[in-house]
Amino acid sequence: MKYIIKRLLGTIPIVIGVSLLLYIMLNIVPGDPVALMMGEHVNADTIERVRARMNLDDPLLVRFSKYVLGAFKGDLGYSYKLKREVSTLIWKAFPNTAILAVAGALVSWMIGIPAGVISAVRKNTAVDYGVMTFALIGVSMPVFWSGLLFQYLFGLKLKWLPISGFDGLNIKYIVMPAIVLGWSSAATIARLTRSSLLEVMSADYIRTAREKGLLRYQVIMGHALKNAFLPVLTVMTIQIASLLSGAVITETIFGIPGIGRIAVSAIQTRDMPLLQGSVMFTTILIILGNLVADVLYSFIDPRIKYN
Amino acid sequence: MIQRTQFFKEIAMDSKLNRRSPFGFGRKRLKYMMSIEATEAKNESDLATSESSKSSKIPNNGKSPRDAEDLVTEEHFWQSLFKGIYRDKKALVGLVMVFLFILIALLAPWIVPHDPYAVDMEKVLIAPNSTYVIGTDFLGRDILSRIIYGARISLVIGLVPTLISLAIGTFLGMVSGYFGGKIDYLIMRLADVCMAFPSLLLAMVVMYTLGASLFNIFIALSIVNWGSTSRIVRAQTLSIKEKEFVEAARSIGVGKFKILWRHIFPNCIPSLIVLFTLSVPEAIMSEASLSFLGVGAQPPTPSWGLMISRGKEFLFSSPWVAITPGVAIFLVVIAFNFIGDGLRDALDPYTKH
Repeated sequence: MKYIIKRLLGTIPIVIGVSLLLYIMLNIVPGDPVALMMGEHVNADTIERVRARMNLDDPLLVRFSKYVLGAFKGDLGYSYKLKREVSTLIWKAFPNTAILAVAGALVSWMIGIPAGVISAVRKNTAVDYGVMTFALIGVSMPVFWSGLLFQYLFGLKLKWLPISGFDGLNIKYIVMPAIVLGWSSAATIARLTRSSLLEVMSADYIRTAREKGLLRYQVIMGHALKNAFLPVLTVMTIQIASLLSGAVITETIFGIPGIGRIAVSAIQTRDMPLLQGSVMFTTILIILGNLVADVLYSFIDPRIKYN
Repeated sequence: MIQRTQFFKEIAMDSKLNRRSPFGFGRKRLKYMMSIEATEAKNESDLATSESSKSSKIPNNGKSPRDAEDLVTEEHFWQSLFKGIYRDKKALVGLVMVFLFILIALLAPWIVPHDPYAVDMEKVLIAPNSTYVIGTDFLGRDILSRIIYGARISLVIGLVPTLISLAIGTFLGMVSGYFGGKIDYLIMRLADVCMAFPSLLLAMVVMYTLGASLFNIFIALSIVNWGSTSRIVRAQTLSIKEKEFVEAARSIGVGKFKILWRHIFPNCIPSLIVLFTLSVPEAIMSEASLSFLGVGAQPPTPSWGLMISRGKEFLFSSPWVAITPGVAIFLVVIAFNFIGDGLRDALDPYTKH
């Protein structure tokens, strides 16, 4: 409990720091933000109104605190380019990103964990080298490039899957983006599973288990894997960040209306409130995700609490 | 007499076994474990700061943070490094590939078959043939020449921002670890904040503020990734600053920054080399991603990511336009990863075969 509270309190300054840094970076853009946002053909009256709405006449820190207070009430500002509340746009896009990220995570576990186990069990054989080379290829392929390859191969040549688009939970549209997204994480997980399983396999209790006559697979399944999993679990939490930022590219390639797509288009149209809202939302989501993962982790491995 | 020979034989066999058996403690492994213990003991004595370094993780894809952090600093470092690379065929292949990449980038103006910027609307989207080895793009420019010129961009993007961000991270990490106290707290919180952002998103925000251009990618990538470096260097500084030679230097009145530069920095170099090989492909990939998303290099710059982005509209009629620059990125990144893997195997006894 003490650990949880401590961890919770430690998160607060980071959240504040993150939002402040983001706010400062986005608000020091040279030039009048309103003129930049609205283009050339606006009358002075509108500009005045927008300035008041965005509190642009206040000092930066006052504006920031107003923004944070608003954010707590679910008000992230107004996108003048899309003529909508930023929070509405984000809430509409979030489920799509969430579906994509969860599917990507599932793919990475389903490929990564078995591959790592096989590779560790068959250490230094052709299978091991094959899997590890494959993993290295996986880490080295740029997401946007493998996405295009998949589109070309499965969408265009083989015609198995739709090339792009999104339709809620319709699995046909999710498979390809999920594989593309989960691909490089799978490689990371495979490598980590392998090395941590090998490390565990040299522990004394594994030798004991083997010597009392348990079969090899019993030892691996019952004793080794359970303990080898802890570092893998850590990577899974780090994965939240890489999945959500990978989603930026995957969503752009496959035309999925998620948060990453919003952020990219906000940069292209110089829609500052929207960019600010989407990046802030994603980053805080990642911080909270890591927090939850850490707390869960401390239940699984009680040693953490005492360190 | 026979008994004694037998005895020695047994010892010899035993030590042989030890070297091979995963249960044994080879000399190197023992050293490694001792160094971990030393670091841990140090961290415990530094309660306030150890909390932060343990509770938070280093977010990076593909590379294991532990490996770089726990490297042993020893005099045989260079020897084992070169031996490791030489023995590991993968790393050797990677080294050759990187060498070729650098050579191509340096010699680009002399080896390109065509002008990479020359637009020719009569030769638009020509399929690969003997004149245009991998075809032309939607403006009739030779793709091979553009890829060769793109190597220059990737090389510079891989080296310069990585070195700058390593320098920033090393400096802040050493200062943080050596001085401790409020400075340490401040720097580490700043690192936490920077590392809380996914680096691609943070780079995107920086690009928004500065405006999309190749030069601004330099700035963005230089200031985005220093967090993890500073944390690793800080951990090393904490353990090195307790060593006798640092204490000796301090006691004869050597200045603080001179100690940092002359005594602590050289001992961080092994970790920095591993970090460097892992960061270069990451920077190349980031530049390509940013340019792909349209917030990086602008046309007509022959950036690989931008070429893919512009070519993807013709993916269905002329796939070579978008696919081939990706092959270049892939080859360069995998070459660096081969080397990074080899280094890791050479320097981390746990993953050694």
